Amino acid sequence: MLRNLIKGLRQGVVTTRYPAVRTDPPERFRGVPEPQTGSSFSDLPPTSVCPTGAITRDVLSGVYTIDLARCIFCGCCADKSREGALRMNREFELSGRLRKNLLLQYSRDAQGRVAEIPLELVDPTTVVDRINTRIHNLCKGSLHLRHLDTGSCNACDWELNALLAPHYDIRRLCIDFVASPRHADGVIVTGCVTRNLELAARRTFEAIAEPRVVIAVGACACSGGVAGTSYASAGGVASILPIDVYIPGCPPRPEAIMFGILLAIDRIEQKHHKSTKKRSSP
Amino acid sequence: MGTRLSAKSIQKLLSVRLGDRITFLTDPRPQDLTARLQKKEDLLDAVGALVNDFGMGLAIIVATDERRETDADFKVRYIFEPASTSKGPLADLFVTLLVSLDPGNPCVPSITPMVPAANWHEREMRDMLGIDPQGHPDPRSLVLHDGWPPGLYPLRKDFDPKMRPEKLPAVEFPHLMIEGEGVMEIPVGPIHAGIIEPGHFRFSSVGETVLHLDARLFYAHRGLEKRAEGLTPDEAFYLAERLCGACSVANALAFSEAVEQIAGVTVPPRAQFLRTLVLELERLYNHVGDIGAICAGVGYHWGTSAGARLKEELQRENERLTGNRFLRGMVFPGGVHYDLTAQQMTAVSTIIATIGKQLEELMTSFSYNSSVMDRMDCTGTLSTQIAKDLGVTGVTARASGIDRDARRDHPHAGYAMPSAVLPQVVTKSSGDVQSRVKVRVAEAFESIRLLQLLAKKLLPGPFFISLPEVLPPWRIGLSAVESPRGASIHWLRTDGNGRVDRYHVRSASYANWPAVPYAALNAIIPDFPLVNKSFELCYACCDR
Repeated sequence: MLRNLIKGLRQGVVTTRYPAVRTDPPERFRGVPEPQTGSSFSDLPPTSVCPTGAITRDVLSGVYTIDLARCIFCGCCADKSREGALRMNREFELSGRLRKNLLLQYSRDAQGRVAEIPLELVDPTTVVDRINTRIHNLCKGSLHLRHLDTGSCNACDWELNALLAPHYDIRRLCIDFVASPRHADGVIVTGCVTRNLELAARRTFEAIAEPRVVIAVGACACSGGVAGTSYASAGGVASILPIDVYIPGCPPRPEAIMFGILLAIDRIEQKHHKSTKKRSSP
Repeated sequence: MGTRLSAKSIQKLLSVRLGDRITFLTDPRPQDLTARLQKKEDLLDAVGALVNDFGMGLAIIVATDERRETDADFKVRYIFEPASTSKGPLADLFVTLLVSLDPGNPCVPSITPMVPAANWHEREMRDMLGIDPQGHPDPRSLVLHDGWPPGLYPLRKDFDPKMRPEKLPAVEFPHLMIEGEGVMEIPVGPIHAGIIEPGHFRFSSVGETVLHLDARLFYAHRGLEKRAEGLTPDEAFYLAERLCGACSVANALAFSEAVEQIAGVTVPPRAQFLRTLVLELERLYNHVGDIGAICAGVGYHWGTSAGARLKEELQRENERLTGNRFLRGMVFPGGVHYDLTAQQMTAVSTIIATIGKQLEELMTSFSYNSSVMDRMDCTGTLSTQIAKDLGVTGVTARASGIDRDARRDHPHAGYAMPSAVLPQVVTKSSGDVQSRVKVRVAEAFESIRLLQLLAKKLLPGPFFISLPEVLPPWRIGLSAVESPRGASIHWLRTDGNGRVDRYHVRSASYANWPAVPYAALNAIIPDFPLVNKSFELCYACCDR
């Protein structure tokens, strides 16, 4: 007992100071696949390179869209773009309140170069009655979540587990994962919704008292991910529950999940994650 | 037993037994054997010969719908591997028994009464392809749950992959119930009280003692095998890598090796070593995390924290090396995605050495704590016989005295190279929680040793090779990779256009889950989480 105490003291504090102090992910980390504004539009990779169909191109307008909710951050598109027209940056705070916040759009300018179409973020003043604000006011910034695995590959689950471990210790931010939906202010959902879990997922959600928040973690929960829609999967969580915050990633790193949870209770502001942040060196 | 095990000796014995009713092929790998039975009634004789005369065990059963091909039939491939319980390396050999079934009435004699390990495989083929294993002792569905319309089989080629059948009103699933005075039934799940994957457990208990446990899984069935059909191998790779988070590398590697086998491509030595490196890193972070989870199971929270801390440090190193905390994006068909510099190798060595020291410290406090050791001793025992019958794999098998490790017995990645460092396989005989923990700890230290050696042995050269644009048609790839949970076996077949025709995975968890209820039999209910954690199985790669 005493020996363990001494060992613990000698170990010191390992807990990150995130979100107070932002840490940069390592050099090889694959963040947002970002078309580089100013590079030649024709150097962007064809939409077919994406294994999950996250890249689309509108036939009429020619707008090039990258859907972060579908993205599995494999880096295929960056590898197959010419002249570095599309690169993976190191941004990881990608959570958004609306599905359309996760769509990065680019058009071709008069010189045939990539031009950015600005991202419309939700104006906080217009959404006073948003569930996030109500939860925030009720819970005074604290949040207890029930984890709900609706068919994940368990990577997102492990990252939620990591949030409770000493390096992240999310409880220091008054956020916890609880055993019963009756004790929860919302659900944090991982995985596409499988046919075999649909009923259990609905019942878990219904057992939570209102107002309740729904946070979707990872590509599968945000959009169906690699599983998509099939006989066994209904696709993303939006097919059965109203999502308040989307956390893209495959899986999102623990700090990215932390960011999303804080966003769900209005304790942090949503970010423009395009072109505003420093990028990894080419 | 007694007969020397090789493709040749098996072929000889089978042709003596079955005469001209059997034909042979060397397939899918040069050292393997595929025996095609003319009559499905001969199946039991052939299986009996493999199991009883050669001591082989079931690896995987693959059923395919080939009604649109020249044979116009359903085929079932029963794939066996050497499984003797004696010490030492076994031949790297897969023997496939192939039977052809009438497309109008696909049925085949069940081998489950003879080979209990076939239980789930046969139930799965009944659910997914409508092939009836006649004489199977369990008539219940496995993969498709309540409300699935009868007569619809998702893996048949005429099933539209986009179809989402209506849910029919369903009766309650017939769990095996035990009745009697004082017998309680305790339903748990599928949504569990914690951050855990979904599964339903139905305990029948008297007081605290478990009389019977009925586990129902496949809640996380995402239909990934059907989804892979028709994709190019490059596209299907991302499904394989995402079958499971904890075994991302193992599944990615097994799929890649199957593709490389079909393409007839040999991966350069540097790629082989880098693949081995990430495979061992995956094993290490999982094993270290599992040791922490065991501490949680016995209520030793200092150990839980220490385990979680070490796991996190390893996962951060994973992210530095490959850009992903689960090592995703490193292995791909043809090689590896990133090369490691000498500097990075030194960093890995240093971190691994520190982790080794800290793990040793954790294990010292762990083993001096009698309240921890008492909980594990003689808890959740899985006997060698049951382990052998059910064909369990990985740590679970080795803790029950079965000397099997795919790294040695089906060499893959760097283990197949002449200059390879082979792992020392650790076994224990008692099969309780403590044995599983001890085997896991020994393997974690073994991984550290291998990683240190690998860091020095890395050969210079290219780290990937291009694969042909289109894979050869109608070819089969079969590979087994030792994941942190045990051997993960992948079977892949290309169609006429070199795309995926059928992809089937028997993950380590799939082989091990049926053993959990047997280990729980001796336990008390409060010990079940501990027993379950000592197996540390994934639901995702089992359910797919």
